Amino acid sequence: MRMNGADAVLRSLEAEGVEVMFGLPGGAILPLYDAIARGTSVRHVLARHEQGAGHMAEGYARASGRVGVAIATSGPGATNLVTPIADAWMDSTPLVCITGQVRSNLIGTDAFQECDITGITIPIVKHSWLVQDVEEIPHVIKAAFHVAQTGRCGPVLVDIPRDVQEAELDFSYPDDVSLPGWKPPRRGHTRQIEASAQAIVAAERPILYVGGGVLNAHATDELLAFAEAGRLPVVTTLMAKSAFPESHELHAGWPGMHGPKWSNWALNKAELIVAVGSRFDDRVTGKVSAFAPGATVVHLDVDAAEISKIRHADLPVVGPLKPILAALASAMAEHAKPGRTDAWLRQIADWREEFPLRYRREGELLKPQRVLEALQELTAGRDDVIWTTGVGQHQMWAMQYLRLDRPRTFITSGGLGTMGYGIPAAIGAKAARPDATVVCVDGDGCFQMTQQELATSVLEELPIVVVVVNNGYLGMVRQWQDMFFNERFSQIRLTQSLPDYAGLARAYGALGFTVESEDELEDALAQALASGRTAVVDARVDPREHCFPMIPAGAAALDLVEFEDDTSEVTL
Amino acid sequence: MRHTLSVLVENKPGALTRITSMFARRNFNIESLAVGPTERHDVSRITLRVDCETLPLEQIEKQMHKLVNVLRVSELTPGESIERELALLKVAAAPGTRAELMALGDVFNARVADLGPDAIVFELTGSPEEVDSFEELVRPHGLQELVRTGRIGLGRANRPKPNRPRQHVLA
Repeated sequence: MRMNGADAVLRSLEAEGVEVMFGLPGGAILPLYDAIARGTSVRHVLARHEQGAGHMAEGYARASGRVGVAIATSGPGATNLVTPIADAWMDSTPLVCITGQVRSNLIGTDAFQECDITGITIPIVKHSWLVQDVEEIPHVIKAAFHVAQTGRCGPVLVDIPRDVQEAELDFSYPDDVSLPGWKPPRRGHTRQIEASAQAIVAAERPILYVGGGVLNAHATDELLAFAEAGRLPVVTTLMAKSAFPESHELHAGWPGMHGPKWSNWALNKAELIVAVGSRFDDRVTGKVSAFAPGATVVHLDVDAAEISKIRHADLPVVGPLKPILAALASAMAEHAKPGRTDAWLRQIADWREEFPLRYRREGELLKPQRVLEALQELTAGRDDVIWTTGVGQHQMWAMQYLRLDRPRTFITSGGLGTMGYGIPAAIGAKAARPDATVVCVDGDGCFQMTQQELATSVLEELPIVVVVVNNGYLGMVRQWQDMFFNERFSQIRLTQSLPDYAGLARAYGALGFTVESEDELEDALAQALASGRTAVVDARVDPREHCFPMIPAGAAALDLVEFEDDTSEVTL
Repeated sequence: MRHTLSVLVENKPGALTRITSMFARRNFNIESLAVGPTERHDVSRITLRVDCETLPLEQIEKQMHKLVNVLRVSELTPGESIERELALLKVAAAPGTRAELMALGDVFNARVADLGPDAIVFELTGSPEEVDSFEELVRPHGLQELVRTGRIGLGRANRPKPNRPRQHVLA
């Protein structure tokens, strides 16, 4: 069928089954937006900032397990997508970003809103294409979706000059892609899987160290079967939170910098670690040379480059996790001796009793941890709640205090640690799961980085509840300055009352609540959750609270600081 | 420890940039790099000399394999491959020393590519070590300018499958 390049982009997205795209128009992408105006089955959500569009696409991808699509114009539109692209790269989120580019004959002339976005993003994309001929469009879009979601998931970029969008072609969508250099592994090596199974059933203190790869592999059922068949305790990283039911007796919490002591002990005192789609990130290991001393490592990953990158893998298995975990589950069912891990599971349960999460409950001020406890209590037993977060103390408290049993219900920025991720990611998650209640647990610093997307939430009828854990500070920075820079506080004070978050919410047409006590908190949260509208709950909390436990940067995980009273003075 | 890698890439815009950018980002060190066409018009060959320990070499190979334009990565191991380099050397040559320099060039099979009143331009093809030696020998005469292509290489003719990819994907 004869059509122009812009129409071809939309027909290609439709052929890929895309439901929704997130974007913001501008000069170089005008032909594509004209094509949108002429009609498409793909819903377009208009963001207020391209960074918001990018994080929405990420939130959509993480909540749905499908590829997220973000669209921006050339130059500043494209550079505003750089942060979400880097975020998606670090967290292996499948993303297709489509950017307009200046006309082909202007490329290289420093034309208005020109920038070399394919060049800028080379280190943070799996691949990118600068489309030079309109005939390439269907093939490039097909390849873009293929690369984004095969092998280790991640972002790709398609940059299309304006004249290419306007040129005409005979459109037909290809069935196959021709990418001779893209060969992700198709299956794990059978003998390696068998050897791994033998090592696992022989171990008395094994543990599964599960990362976000399990979610990308759609392998949470296989993971559960594997753990149950082998009676294997499971720790889930921040990226894997919700990948394994947290009320399950085999769930051993969350390892890492702010993970509970018992979880870190379970991982670091194990005799055999099965890394499942996880990558020995520094926030999990602490000092690498002191991480899990003596433990045998079985590493299951679709990305061969993760094997022995940080920690030597004694038994690597490279391939898609779903069949590998299924094979291991069968091997466990056949060979695991009943009761072999009982003593180890009891030991972990004892540590759990011995080292519970703690915070100071005295004083008049509302405790930030209490906000998360209240959210947990109000949503317990509900399987239709999806959580997103910003980055900082509130994110770590959300990790610690929320108990999630269903996959894809915790969406956060792990690797890049992108403040401001929470609000747009929540909007994207809501677009993916309109039936769900989506709650963004945010910090006051994060909120102010992407608050403009509240307008998107209200006007696009993608209601979310934003709970601002408002301590008036860049809290995590404050904690580090307090603990490691001799309480020399530098440029961290935001104040709790400016802006007036509830008033700001109302200005955006959302509900706004301000709470300063536990009673007010529960009432406001209940109203916000039940409202079905976009709502902001400004929870003003005790700014002296530090997030514990904590593995100080560079320290061994086993040397974590379990709890410390903070006595520093705070001026509100 | 230095290694020579032979990399076949799709002849597409940006393919070289993607590889060099990955090296820079991962903190891998490139010592020399040569790019050119192959027997296939749609494929180019990049010969890379990298400086690393054994562990990072495996990382380099795996990270390169993840690049969509990279078709094949193989290590050219000494003994199983031949490596060559081309150098042009402009050496000061007053009439009195010209004969001595030309004799030196003969020993290395260096061709005189150009001759001027005060200088000779030698053209030398050989193993990188031979080029090193010749460079050292002519330096005392006044080495005015030097350019080397960086090494290129191929698996030896008697290897069953020339340049077979190293088995890098673990099991």
